[in-house]
Amino acid sequence: MSSVIESHHDDHHHGPAKGLMRWLLTTNHKDIGTLYLWFSFAMFLIGGAMAMVIRAELFQPGMQIVEPEFYNQMLTLHGLIMVFGAVMPAFVGLANWLVPMMVGAPDMALPRLNNLSFWLLPFAFGILLSSLFMEGGAPNFGWTFYAPLSTTYAPPSVTFFIFSVHIMGASSIMGSINVIVTIMNMRAPGMDLMKMPLFVWSWLITAYLLIAVMPVLAGAVTMMLMDIHFGTSFFNAAGGGDPVLFQHIFWFFGHPEVYIMILPAFGIVSHIIETFSRKQLFGYSSMVWAMLSIAILSFVVWAHHMFTVGMPLAAELFFMWATMLIAVPTGVKVFNWVATMFKGSITYETPMLFAISFVVLFTIGGFSGLMLSIVPADFQYHDTYFVVAHFHYVLVPGSIFSIMAAVYYWIPKWTGNMYDERMGRLHFWLSFVGVNVTFFPQHWIGLAGMPRRYPDYALQFADWNMVSTAGAFLFGASQILFLFIVLKTVMGGKKATPQVWEGARGLEWSVESPAPYHTFSTPPKVN
Amino acid sequence: MEYQKYYVPESSKFPIFAAFSLFIVIIGASSTINSLDNPESNASLILYTGLACFLATLFFWFRQVVKENNAGLESAQLSQSFVYGMAWFIFSEVMFFAAFFGALFYVRSFAVPWLGGEGEKGLANMLWQDFEATWPLINTPDGGKAFVIAAKSMSFPGWENISHWLPLYNTIVLLSSSVTVHFAHLGLKKGNKKTFNIWLGITVLLALIFVGLQAAEYYEAYEHFGLTLNSGIYGSTFFMLTGFHGFHVMLGGLMLAVMLIRSVFYGHFNEHKHFGFEAASWYWHFVDVVWVMLFLFVYIL
Ligand code: HEM
Ligand SMILES: [Cu+2]
Repeated sequence: MSSVIESHHDDHHHGPAKGLMRWLLTTNHKDIGTLYLWFSFAMFLIGGAMAMVIRAELFQPGMQIVEPEFYNQMLTLHGLIMVFGAVMPAFVGLANWLVPMMVGAPDMALPRLNNLSFWLLPFAFGILLSSLFMEGGAPNFGWTFYAPLSTTYAPPSVTFFIFSVHIMGASSIMGSINVIVTIMNMRAPGMDLMKMPLFVWSWLITAYLLIAVMPVLAGAVTMMLMDIHFGTSFFNAAGGGDPVLFQHIFWFFGHPEVYIMILPAFGIVSHIIETFSRKQLFGYSSMVWAMLSIAILSFVVWAHHMFTVGMPLAAELFFMWATMLIAVPTGVKVFNWVATMFKGSITYETPMLFAISFVVLFTIGGFSGLMLSIVPADFQYHDTYFVVAHFHYVLVPGSIFSIMAAVYYWIPKWTGNMYDERMGRLHFWLSFVGVNVTFFPQHWIGLAGMPRRYPDYALQFADWNMVSTAGAFLFGASQILFLFIVLKTVMGGKKATPQVWEGARGLEWSVESPAPYHTFSTPPKVN
Repeated sequence: MEYQKYYVPESSKFPIFAAFSLFIVIIGASSTINSLDNPESNASLILYTGLACFLATLFFWFRQVVKENNAGLESAQLSQSFVYGMAWFIFSEVMFFAAFFGALFYVRSFAVPWLGGEGEKGLANMLWQDFEATWPLINTPDGGKAFVIAAKSMSFPGWENISHWLPLYNTIVLLSSSVTVHFAHLGLKKGNKKTFNIWLGITVLLALIFVGLQAAEYYEAYEHFGLTLNSGIYGSTFFMLTGFHGFHVMLGGLMLAVMLIRSVFYGHFNEHKHFGFEAASWYWHFVDVVWVMLFLFVYIL
């Protein structure tokens, strides 16, 4: 980090190219960030529409509007699209926009690779979605695609699914390499590791997790491919393999994956709480250590998803205790957020509303996770709606709320315009009510024994399912409002100042709003 | 403090071409595989078209980077980005192999013994009660109903047969290629292009020999031992691990060959600038280390 950087061309200060080609050929981190964010939003709406199909079917017991086969396809695609298409690309988009500005770099370290990482995604998801129209229908084995459902009993489209997962993985790996290299190699002089904004830290760790586990996922789907088409028996006990092996490999990827979907959120929320509390973040270094320990622990807890599959007792115990251990660094983070707000002069702009509700609702999701980590209790909860409630609490008011908070927080920097505060708050309250009405009752019907992944259910679950569906449609509809607010902000609005928020600190707030197309052609001073 | 420029290309056609051709590749690959039992299908044409486009794109893309480098657009900092980038790429490959090694360790230490009735989950023996756990697993649990039982495994055949044991030769070949590539590097660092070219040439030759020997080994497995992908979990792990490794040898060998061509015909590389070669040689060492693991866990133990 001894070198100072300057952009190469003198003609570098002109703006973006015009038309479609700008977006196809761009190497600019802001353009690519924008592409990622819009792509993710499109996927969020498509995946959301599928969720509406699922909830509509569950509005009343009995088979109502779709065939069970189609229900399974909706369920599978909903999960895959939300995880790989909505949440992950949104965070990558935020990383693209923010990491170079936050560390004082002229762009991402490998700009052309960056473009490739993005453009692989629309192709991969195009193929995944087109499987709906293939013979035998789309993948129907759940987003966890357990063998043998996804091997012996899979529809032919599974081959397309496998290769599209390969491509998504390649995109994630390249994107992560780019982020890591940018952070390691392109920080402005004086930007020491322990001075880095927490969003940058969270992404450094996330990128590491991604590079470590996406290849394992690729390995899993490769073995599936071999089992399905080339006669191997990795997941077939008749040949000496084991279907449970699939679950081990999948969750070795899967659990770090859930942290990939939450660590950047931790970073975002830390910035927002700090800004709107007008105080310095409480416990910066413990935040970093907490994220590091969460990342390391996330490699040794995977089998908590498999307590009921039949593992030796020692494994059950080990994975139970290891999982519980994760609650410690998570608790440190929640404590620090609360301590930051303590005695702060808080104002409740939309980003802050989302951030505060993140802290509360994510904690609920964390606690239900702790309940699930108790082996004997999980024997009861596993594969019920309680699990569905758990992971939706961590993913929707967790990851998704943090993304929305980030959009409201940084959109003045991106567009130069302020969003409409009243509409933003309305969006928040509708989403907040919607999310809780949808998912809180699922805890109860889950504890009462309603299994997940069925299009029908016993009569005693009818009332709360009806409530849940009502909440889901409220939540879904309020995202249309979100789209409207964002479009309105892009097109105009009150002009934003460079600092935008009174309490905002960090390099990205030192440049004008909207941020110039090329931010730091000479590295900024960091003190 | 050194004052430098970081080269950010304005825009580029290569990535979108690469993404699009990969799109064609996966459509082609999926359709080809889905119509394997339909001899009339032309899906493989799509696959080959896609692959050709992809390789062409990579060729022009890398050529562009080399040109930029020769034009002096690249700063020390940018080179450092390439170094980090390559290192993390290799790490991702390590994890890719880890998935397959993990599968091997899992079946050897858990799945197969349990199927044979040993250990805490020995209950699994109820499924096929005649099955006895052995490794290399030759008799599949279902007694070969759905699988082809091989005559022989590829493991260490005993000292008396060691001279016919191909993997041993492969180990020698690959280990020495790691040394030769290192000699090439040393030569280059001293600015001695001739030494460099010769040792690099030998390395590429050794890579070819390795691939040839492995082909012979596969031929032997299929034709003489009846060991195929269809021979249960032993065949599955054996071919998956060695095949995936073999593919990486080809890739690494190709990288080294490109470096050789660049050096011999285009006069690229000198004692200061040779990142392309270095990256390829790291990759080569990595492939070598994986082989050592394979030799140990697939062939010997
Ligand atoms: C304190 C932290 C957490 C603990 C202790 C925890 C624990 C658990 C456990 C034990 C399960 C398995 C339940 C079962 O299938 O019986 C589970 C499922 C799940 N968790 Fe968490 N979790 C935590 C945080 C998170 C986070 C941060 C996310 C994502 C942002 C997440 C996403 C999920 C998902 C998606 C599933 C369900 C996967 C499936 O079977 O489809 N969890 N969690
Ligand atoms: Cu987990």
